Amino acid sequence: MIDVDLSLVNWSRAQFAFTAMYHWIFVPLTLGLSFLCAFYETIYLKTGDEEWKKITRFWMTLFGINFAIGVATGIILEFEFGTNWSNYSWMVGDIFGAPLAIEGIFAFFIEASFFAVMFFGWNRVSKGFHCFSTWMVAIGSNLSAVWILVANGWMQNPVGMVFNPETARFEMENFAAVVFNPVAVSKFTHASSSGFVMASAFVLTVSCWYLLRGKHVQMAKKSIVVASVFGLIASVFVGFTGDEAAYEVAQKQPMKLAAMEGLFTGERGAGLVAFGIINNSKGPGDAQDAFLFDVKIPGLLSLLANREFGSFVPGIDDLVYGNEKEGVMGVNTMMEKGKLALADLSSFREAKKNNLEDAAADALARFEVNKEFMGYGYLNTPEEAVPPANIVFNAFHLMVVMGTLLPAIFAAFLFFTLKNSVTKQKWLLPVGLFTALFAFLAQQAGWVTAEVGRQPWAIHGMMPVKIATTNLSTTSVQITFAMFAAVFTLLLLAEISIMLKQIAIGPEGH
Amino acid sequence: MTTAATRVLDFYRDGFRRMTVGKTLWKIIIIKLLIMFAVLKLFFFPNFLKTNFETDEQRADYVLEQITRSPVHNN
Repeated sequence: MIDVDLSLVNWSRAQFAFTAMYHWIFVPLTLGLSFLCAFYETIYLKTGDEEWKKITRFWMTLFGINFAIGVATGIILEFEFGTNWSNYSWMVGDIFGAPLAIEGIFAFFIEASFFAVMFFGWNRVSKGFHCFSTWMVAIGSNLSAVWILVANGWMQNPVGMVFNPETARFEMENFAAVVFNPVAVSKFTHASSSGFVMASAFVLTVSCWYLLRGKHVQMAKKSIVVASVFGLIASVFVGFTGDEAAYEVAQKQPMKLAAMEGLFTGERGAGLVAFGIINNSKGPGDAQDAFLFDVKIPGLLSLLANREFGSFVPGIDDLVYGNEKEGVMGVNTMMEKGKLALADLSSFREAKKNNLEDAAADALARFEVNKEFMGYGYLNTPEEAVPPANIVFNAFHLMVVMGTLLPAIFAAFLFFTLKNSVTKQKWLLPVGLFTALFAFLAQQAGWVTAEVGRQPWAIHGMMPVKIATTNLSTTSVQITFAMFAAVFTLLLLAEISIMLKQIAIGPEGH
Repeated sequence: MTTAATRVLDFYRDGFRRMTVGKTLWKIIIIKLLIMFAVLKLFFFPNFLKTNFETDEQRADYVLEQITRSPVHNN
């Protein structure tokens, strides 16, 4: 059983997680469905077959519904930054300002121009320009996502910045380093391609529903062919980008990797857990077994983490208490350095206030020595640096299982549709009905892995979540949490209801 | 110039007029934005630092105080 700490920090954390997870219901469908619409319309443009136009307009309507319901749900997150996370918001303003502004400009530019052509332009502009507009919406939506993921990548691996102790802000030193941060690049490729998988799975689910009811059979089969090809390619690509993302985690956030694999004691030639039941009561430094039951593939974790079979992968205990033999500095040591950094930062502030320039310069010089460990100075115990390994392990493995199923499902649908026997596969169509659910679970589990796995940090190594929060009353956060729950649930119900209505109407109504 | 502007205006006007499911979606968007900006943002989500401090210097000083002597992390 998970103990829930109903403190201000955890309510603020829960509220942000809740709104982000709801927002991410809509985003991946937008990212992927926009490209599927572009594919369908390109086929229409090339063949002139009116059936493809009907197919394009049908999926475009569902895309529009999802976009309309989802649009601006991300703004809530920005409200929360200003109110619930004011310390954090102030400190990262210089870093996030540029990426978020570019994201806003992209979104506005696309929505005001090409989006209108996409929906209002049928028979009003040339077929070629209409198709071009659809492609621009797809490309623009995905480029828009780049900037948000650049911001997220920076929190996981803060690069290209310098901390200014006078303004208490992280200031951008190198824009290219922030944009091409390897964590941000792998995040974008992994998250956007998983959006393609989500949308392809959604098309399979709706199409299978038609096939099982014997309705719109030709439209459903044609939709499946394109979605299966796109989904298969995207899901294989997701595997490669996931491997790259995990490698970056191993290099930059080893504690997260240890939690993902439930690895408490580091080892050379570490095995990858193929199946395991994690021991929920296991904590760092205790003598309990990490698993109640597990099956490991020998050496594979070392290979994935370091690209070398016999390499050392640190476990949670090594990272918390240190492992001198393997050259791992423990959190306990980092905490000492971090506390020195914070004390020097405090001395610098006091000296500045009292116009003691020499004392301020001395304090600043001392702060510079340990500033990279600043965040660790806020921890009360070394164990506080450990994320809830059971949640991270289960979420990661759920994502992997779902992510492994999906390419197989897409391949099966592609094979039988091309053989023109998909309607005869009575076992496959019900599987297709659940494909969107599988993809949805993989999406959400992936973000739980990424975000719960990086706890306790808001900015990795620099700022724990508890320091990022505004000192508000817990009650006010609870009230707004309830309000968001109500608003977002209503929006989701509206989306489901309008989509189901349009799916029931089918392509003939478009 | 006028003709081009008129054509663009006509394009949008006709587009909005011919909407079917789009009308419902626009209603949802407007209600949603009203709730977000006129209720949530206005009454429940003031920008803490902008509301409570007048200058960036004051804000920086407050945040520095928070991160060097935070009551939360001293729990």
